[in-house]
Amino acid sequence: MKYAYYPGCSLSSTGVEYDISTKKVAESLGIELWEIPEWNCCGASSAHLTDHLLALALPARNLAIAEEKGLDVAIPCAACYARCKATEVEVKDSKEMQKTISEVIERQYTGKAQARALLDVFVNDLGLQSISTLVNKPLKDLKVVSYYGCLLVRPPRLGFDDAEDPQSMDKLIEALGGTPVDWAFKTECCGAAHATTKSEVGFPMIEKILTAAKEAGADCIATACPLCMSNLDMRQTQVGAKYGKNYSLPVFYFTELMGIALGLNPEELGISKHFVDALGIVKKLNEAAGRRDTA
Amino acid sequence: MKRVGVFVCHCGTNISAAVDCEKVAENAKSFPGVAYSTDYKYMCAEPGQELIKKAIKEQKLDRIVVASCSPRMHEPTFRRCIESGGLNAYLLEMANIREHCSWVHPDDKERATIKATDLVKMAVAKVMQNEALVRSTIPITKRALVIGGGIAGIQAALDIANAGHIVDVVEKEPSIGGRMAQVDKTFPTLDCSACILTPKMVDVANHPNVNLITYSEIEKVEGYVGNFDVTIRKKARSVDLKACTGCGTCIQKCPTKVPSEFEMEMMDRKAIFTPFPQAIPNKPVIDRESCRYFKSGKCGVCQKVCPTNAVDFTQEDELVTERYGAIVAATGFDLFDDSVYGEYGYGKYKDVITGLHFERLLNASGPTMGKIKRPSDGKIPQNVVFIKCVGSRDEAKGKAYCSKTCCMYTAKHATLVREKIKDSNAYVFYMDVRTPGKGYDEFYTRTTDQYGAKYIRGRVSKIYEKGDKLIVWGEDTLLGRPVEIEADMVVLATAMVAKADAAKLAQMVGFSYDQNNFYTEAHPKLAPVETHTAGVFLAGACQGPKDIPESVAQASAAAVKVCGLLSKEEMPTEPIISAVNEAICSGCGMCVPVCPYTAIDLKVIQERVHGKTVSRKIANVNSGLCQGCGACTVACRSAALNLKHFTNEQILAEVDALCL
Repeated sequence: MKYAYYPGCSLSSTGVEYDISTKKVAESLGIELWEIPEWNCCGASSAHLTDHLLALALPARNLAIAEEKGLDVAIPCAACYARCKATEVEVKDSKEMQKTISEVIERQYTGKAQARALLDVFVNDLGLQSISTLVNKPLKDLKVVSYYGCLLVRPPRLGFDDAEDPQSMDKLIEALGGTPVDWAFKTECCGAAHATTKSEVGFPMIEKILTAAKEAGADCIATACPLCMSNLDMRQTQVGAKYGKNYSLPVFYFTELMGIALGLNPEELGISKHFVDALGIVKKLNEAAGRRDTA
Repeated sequence: MKRVGVFVCHCGTNISAAVDCEKVAENAKSFPGVAYSTDYKYMCAEPGQELIKKAIKEQKLDRIVVASCSPRMHEPTFRRCIESGGLNAYLLEMANIREHCSWVHPDDKERATIKATDLVKMAVAKVMQNEALVRSTIPITKRALVIGGGIAGIQAALDIANAGHIVDVVEKEPSIGGRMAQVDKTFPTLDCSACILTPKMVDVANHPNVNLITYSEIEKVEGYVGNFDVTIRKKARSVDLKACTGCGTCIQKCPTKVPSEFEMEMMDRKAIFTPFPQAIPNKPVIDRESCRYFKSGKCGVCQKVCPTNAVDFTQEDELVTERYGAIVAATGFDLFDDSVYGEYGYGKYKDVITGLHFERLLNASGPTMGKIKRPSDGKIPQNVVFIKCVGSRDEAKGKAYCSKTCCMYTAKHATLVREKIKDSNAYVFYMDVRTPGKGYDEFYTRTTDQYGAKYIRGRVSKIYEKGDKLIVWGEDTLLGRPVEIEADMVVLATAMVAKADAAKLAQMVGFSYDQNNFYTEAHPKLAPVETHTAGVFLAGACQGPKDIPESVAQASAAAVKVCGLLSKEEMPTEPIISAVNEAICSGCGMCVPVCPYTAIDLKVIQERVHGKTVSRKIANVNSGLCQGCGACTVACRSAALNLKHFTNEQILAEVDALCL
């Protein structure tokens, strides 16, 4: 199995552990990731607020390079995925747009190379069965709420899962030996950049999600988006202080949880980079496993 | 020599404002075969028709072209006209210079006149090729079949039976009554559904002209209008209807409990059961899938306790074939599957239910004896949220259409919550409130003004459980702000959808259905109860979402159509049907599957070739079934099939007239 790999800007900065864990896990699972050479920014929210064509042309260049190579593109970041998918669909829908974009980027992109969410690739291409057979440190008794965020499974007609009550990450957690905890905030918005620019809007949104996860009885949160990670992890103490709460809720990229279950070294997966201590829970998990082994 | 008469109609100013009718009539005089040509203000009016009849006589005309409106409008009129003038009705051709010319080219009289002239020229060329066709007749079997024993089927059957005809009602379930039997009260009068339905159920059961065939399904339909041969599968009831007295002892003693479909699985029934207390026939049936005897061979308690020996485990399905003159499809509707709305948690949260569940909770013989209680813990809810348009008017996840009944039943539900539960709140999330029916808007106004239901314009984005509450997030689009309600129960106004097997039945009988599997009427305005298949009529929600008054009205209309058909001994058939040129038919059979009316089959004929008798297959058109659509003539590779009145030669004559 081989895919073009588009990490996107966040994965080389705030979300570097997402990049590290993705590569490590893919390697363990036998998935070859060919990083798109000289990839450019997907445009994120800035481009599509500025100019529609720009918002399509930026991802199209990366997709075109993958298309030349004959590969679909695996994309970990939910926002990058959303922009790339939007481009793919628009190009497929309109020959005219395809022509315009090709002129702008000076490359051919016909929509043949598909934008795929990394989670989709793992769950639906590789399959849960294959993953579970490779698990050697199951996430036993770890109660995980899966947090998909607002972009990963939307818009509905394009998504690879139910847009309101998605299941793929929950099923993945189960395949890793963990306990997926059902909750109603799977696709609630984390507030995105509002936490930075308008904290009076952003903080209550984060608070709702963290509180709901806590009330659902979760030990930790699994996510698939670097911005969601920042909000839930980096802002957690700040939000807790504002609302007088101590959440102590570790937040993981789903790839990190996969890495742990596949027996990779947590430090090497980048888990030590989190703001809310996440190593502790992994350690406990390993200790419990050790006790089970000796008993 | 053929002598064609051309009659150009002004249609008041409908045509003459855009087309120079006098000039068209003048031009027509030069067309080959035209012996006479004139124009008149209203050709369809009495003087216009007299003009035609007089000209036939005086000018010795033997075929006629009328240049006027669409043949859908007045072809029958002019056919009758020339028939009374002494000509065969099929020696008429219409040139549509209104819908096809004056109405679409109102601004260019010169060119519109040229086009009208061309249309007349084509019609003249065709009428020269027309042949006199003779209508034949087919006998009519004086017996009607109603498929479906809900309120629509019951009403249609009663009306047909009261007119003196024999009717068989085939119902899939063990009892007639349908969806209306599940409903508690009916809008806009709030009278009890059972109180108005059950007398009708009894009437239809006791009517000397009606045979109820319950727990049965249509297996096969052959034949055509006047003579449908229908095979009915009578499913094994495992109870002898004649011997059973309906005492109910077997039901009491049966040890197996399964969720009751009728009670929306909020209550149990036994494996031997009647769906509801007022069932007709009020005699039980054994559900073999859950019955202990059929699963393991042990038990047989029902048989032991039956005082009349009516329980018969050895019964088998029985196939009966009966001939009918007419069929009414009244198969009703199903509910949309709300679980596609992950955000509402239907199927996950016990207290998120459909409107039909709520009907059962309101009903005195339902699972809560008519007290509104939560399915989860039996507590009486204080805050009830209603969400309208769940599955309706939602192309992304549901159906594009409006389910029509939900605005009213939701208003009814909200009223009943406020009436039955002290200090309760009824919140209704809506996109629009649609109440076009007699007394409907008044009812809705009472719901808000008198009963104080709180209507919120907007959609619900999410429902989740918090403790024993359901938190409902929505938007009030009139105030432009988010709304959060702590609800105890949420009721979804679920879309009405076609029955799961609706398409199967339509294919079997041979009539059409739309993209949503609702049955298609012959004309949305002018033939709302007919189908495109002669002798098959529609009643109730199988044709599209409908409430009770509308279903009943449509059922009576369908019954009138049936009675009209059955009142005759025989009926004329349209002679515009396909004909096979047996000499060139190769018997390839390409025409058989393309025929939408199953009118073509292959027959074997004997021929003498070089002194030897050989047999070969050729296509055979059933004149009773053929509707003259012409699909087979296109599929036929050797042009052996030709549609009378639209033959290849006739069509080509038109093309030649225009193009040569």
